[in-house]
Amino acid sequence: MSKIHVTTSVNGDAVEFLCDPRETLLDVLRDRLGLTGAKEGCGTGDCGACTITLDGRVVCSCLVLGAEAEGREVGTIEGIANGEELHPLQRKFIEHAALQCGICTPGILVATKALLEKNPDPTETEVRYWLAGNLCRCTGYDKIIRAVMDTAAELRSESKELS
Amino acid sequence: MYEFEFETPATVADAVAALQGDEAQALGGGQTLLPTMKQRLASPSRLVSLSGIAEMSGVSADAGTVSIGGATTHGAVAAGAGAYPALADLAGHIGDPAVRNRGTIGGSLANNDPSADYPAAALASGATIVTNAREIAADDFFDGMFGTALNEGEIITRVNFPVPEAANYQKFLQPASRFALVGVFVARTSDGVRVAVTGASETGVHRWSEAEAALSANFSASALEGLAVDADGMISDLHGSGAYRAHLVAVLTKRAVMAAG
Repeated sequence: MSKIHVTTSVNGDAVEFLCDPRETLLDVLRDRLGLTGAKEGCGTGDCGACTITLDGRVVCSCLVLGAEAEGREVGTIEGIANGEELHPLQRKFIEHAALQCGICTPGILVATKALLEKNPDPTETEVRYWLAGNLCRCTGYDKIIRAVMDTAAELRSESKELS
Repeated sequence: MYEFEFETPATVADAVAALQGDEAQALGGGQTLLPTMKQRLASPSRLVSLSGIAEMSGVSADAGTVSIGGATTHGAVAAGAGAYPALADLAGHIGDPAVRNRGTIGGSLANNDPSADYPAAALASGATIVTNAREIAADDFFDGMFGTALNEGEIITRVNFPVPEAANYQKFLQPASRFALVGVFVARTSDGVRVAVTGASETGVHRWSEAEAALSANFSASALEGLAVDADGMISDLHGSGAYRAHLVAVLTKRAVMAAG
């Protein structure tokens, strides 16, 4: 089967790759582009460990074909930190110990970053519903929710200081 | 997944042409089809993506009708179908954000999962399913679990919803999958009331005619007192027995009527 040529952007960088039609975007990111932050948990869209953004919207990269990335903007966990400086969500997740084994963490960070960009002042209920598709088997979620609420509060106070 | 060719047509006509042949399959958002292919329960030799067809995307509202392109995602319906609030609310509670950003209304209706949300909205609203070949009334569209009136290679290009005077959808979530354990959509129009039930029956989405008659005479929860659904033929699984689902149908119908006002 001939390979498909795909032109896309990943974390702001122009990227080209060849892929088999059967390869998911997750396969391409991990195996062709060396971006192993997104994880394969279930492979069927239930666990959210492979969460990335496509044109700024969260999706399960295990349920997007690599070929479907043509002309789209892909965002992954690797694009969240600013060089050596962690994103506030990453910092707060460490501060609150909002992770244990870490498999779900990249997906949850990508998902919650998208939430805070859309809604800087979410209620706890909104955060929990937003993370309905991101399963964590270690933390029981409470520390994750606390870390997200704390990040949101910090980002709001920073934007108030700037304005 | 087994091997397949991947096509990305830009028009409905090209998609229809690409779908000719025995083992071609249309791809909407892929939230059901791709897992099914990974499990090797489906093995199309050609996959035809509908997501690049501009004429099949977007929501418009005009003269009491909300018209939704078949390739429109649930998230876009939630954001864009404000002229039909019950429908926008339903779309905004399908699955989780990742599902809503990929899954499409055409894909959901064509799949007709017995626990999906959209079939209830289409049936209760008396929607019209528009394909590349014809227009199908919702009453004639759904044909048992995972069955529809669609022919091989036929594509849902658009779904037209007449906006009711009042409507509401109540879903009792299966919390792991976020499908409806039972969902009831109630729509009141000048022609009477329609009640569509999803998640409950082994024959898929269906109307509850006794409740419709009672509510058409008196649109209030009290009109439903004493009405019950037979547990025979209800889905029974580890999430709930048939009797439990039958009970939920009556409870959720009352809640939907109260919420619709």
